[in-house]
Amino acid sequence: MTILPYLLAVFIFVVGLFGIVTSRNLIHIAVCVSVCQSATYVLLLAIGYRKHGTAPVFGDIPTSRTVVDPIVQALTLTDIVVAVAVSALLLAIALKVYEKKGSLDPRDMAEMKG
Amino acid sequence: MIRLRYALFVAGILGLGAVLVVGVAGLPDFGHYAGPYGDIIARQVEPQRHMANAVSATVFDYRGFDTMGEELILFAAASAVALLLRETRDHDTKQIVDAVRSDAVHGLGMLTAAATLLLGIYVVAHGLISPGGGFQGGVILSGAVVLVFLAAEYHAYARIGATKFAEPLESFGAGAYVGLGLISFAFGLAFLENFIDLGVTGRLRSGGSAALVNWASALAVAGGFLVIFGEYLEENMAARYGRRT
Repeated sequence: MTILPYLLAVFIFVVGLFGIVTSRNLIHIAVCVSVCQSATYVLLLAIGYRKHGTAPVFGDIPTSRTVVDPIVQALTLTDIVVAVAVSALLLAIALKVYEKKGSLDPRDMAEMKG
Repeated sequence: MIRLRYALFVAGILGLGAVLVVGVAGLPDFGHYAGPYGDIIARQVEPQRHMANAVSATVFDYRGFDTMGEELILFAAASAVALLLRETRDHDTKQIVDAVRSDAVHGLGMLTAAATLLLGIYVVAHGLISPGGGFQGGVILSGAVVLVFLAAEYHAYARIGATKFAEPLESFGAGAYVGLGLISFAFGLAFLENFIDLGVTGRLRSGGSAALVNWASALAVAGGFLVIFGEYLEENMAARYGRRT
């Protein structure tokens, strides 16, 4: 089946979403957000892949050589760095919530006001 | 209540999953990439931009404006982490003594830090020629500074790593990125369009002003990661060893 890599991306995304919804721990939620984000890497790279294609770096290959799509790779590259920053921010928020509430369980934050 | 929530979630996720599966089923078969843009860039990058690495060329030149947005997301996230963690810190970390006692760990760790710094500079500098670039190299550069903390002591890290050094580095990198775009304006070009000699493909000084953009983003990424790591580390140190002020 030739759409299997795409289905893998869907699976990873849905699993991450399941984790976010059923989670009982804010740190666990931050990890699940990263899992969801990983699905986008798999999807982007799978879309750009080409049979017998090589990396689009023309240091020592001729420009006529079949290469995979450089654009989706560039998107994935910046995506990964941003994902790390977002995880850091989510964890900082979790840390502050724990300091204030003494708990990381989202159920304890039902009364939270804006 | 909980059961209702699960039922809602299952219904939603099944719907979303179905839509996604139908969506990806319409994509071209795996391994048969069809879009024209990647091919156009792959063919044009060497004659037009004198860069060997089409990925870096996309990041820092063809989609440079988009990357500026990503850069600013990183900047905003690092600032937000600093804001959240610094605001309410009620411990003094100046008195903490957390030195590594083993000479072997200290010496070899410092050597590794120097080697990592060199590797980071190498990866950034060759970003437009071989796999690598400002983002990857920037992370390696910040890793070199983190190694100083692991191999020496907290204060050695705090002196070079934390607020005094990392924040200006990050701000300078992000500012230089935007500034390079504005310089293009000054030459009457489009935002971030190349304004200096393109050089010879494969040489260190190739790719024109995109090479400078590459360095700017490396500094911004390294600074951003150091800010994030420094804030978490200080928080941790304060909680473990600090005295209440």
